[in-house]
Amino acid sequence: MTIEIKPRAGHGVSGGDGVGDLVLGQRKLTSRLILGTGKYADFAKMQQALDVCQTEVVTVAVRRERLYNEQGQSLLDFIDLDRYTILPNTAGCFEASDAVRVARLGRELLEQLGNAGAGWVKLEVLGDRKTLLPDPVGTLEACRELVADGFEVMCYTSDDPIMAGRIKDVGALCVMPAGSPIGSGQGVLNANNIVLCLERLKDGDPDYPVIVDAGVGAASDVAVAMELGADGVLLNTAVAHANDPVLMAMAMRNACLAGRQSYLAGRIAKKRYATASSPFEGAISYIPGE
Amino acid sequence: MRIKINDKEQTIPEETTVAQLIIQLGLSGKACAAEVNTKLIPKAKHESHTLSEGDRVELVTLVGGG
Repeated sequence: MTIEIKPRAGHGVSGGDGVGDLVLGQRKLTSRLILGTGKYADFAKMQQALDVCQTEVVTVAVRRERLYNEQGQSLLDFIDLDRYTILPNTAGCFEASDAVRVARLGRELLEQLGNAGAGWVKLEVLGDRKTLLPDPVGTLEACRELVADGFEVMCYTSDDPIMAGRIKDVGALCVMPAGSPIGSGQGVLNANNIVLCLERLKDGDPDYPVIVDAGVGAASDVAVAMELGADGVLLNTAVAHANDPVLMAMAMRNACLAGRQSYLAGRIAKKRYATASSPFEGAISYIPGE
Repeated sequence: MRIKINDKEQTIPEETTVAQLIIQLGLSGKACAAEVNTKLIPKAKHESHTLSEGDRVELVTLVGGG
């Protein structure tokens, strides 16, 4: 089976790396990676990983006050609020109404901190605790309400292209289809669906941002998502739980760049049979069939 | 009076405001958002919002997440 990927000629060729910026609303981002801040062995490791992967946007969760970790440290002590835009999520919400509450609390916190992420939300309305797959009905309901409330919604969804279109229709800033279940490390399980999402969302609106969110296990998964034409990738566990999170963060940065460059460069078509790179003409050897 | 703070029952003085509660809990100066009975109370209203018997207060902050 061949999945046709159409690169956008002339797009993104600007700086030294030739990939251009990721534009999200009014913001232009040099990095196309968004990194989560959860699950790291310690905050110092997280801080190094964020630094080396050169992300400009990091996700956080909103939770009841427990103040500090066992060492008396708080996440915010390790995030440079002048460097990173904070993207608060609604992780853990299984009802649209809860997601809306959490989004508002996240906005309030970022307004207190004076961070550029105030008004952004990574919307997740989950349907099932075991798979963490999204509840499409709740997602749409919450997205609609948050957009009406002035939020710029970056919306987690499955790789269903119809649902992706619905989310865009209700005003999401960007759609974020999952490569595979959150934290599963299975990479992009259905490349065909991701391409269908991209086609549907970008039809007549080529700059509409689509970010593959969830499922990344290794750097190659990021490259695959970017080669399919995604505008960016959001990941957390693959870095945080790698044996060496800092080295993996570096690998993710390189894979994201390589994948984008490869997409823009335009891959060759897949063929059933070989095509020689060296000419047969002039060969001194016996060639079958000649 | 009895209220619930982050799902735990606590006794606080009558007429306590959200701002006073945050100070009493040692959270002043920290990033802390407040909700009373599922409604967000913006920081600008912490001083004017007086808590009532049976209120359910949520005090939240940012933690690591994906």
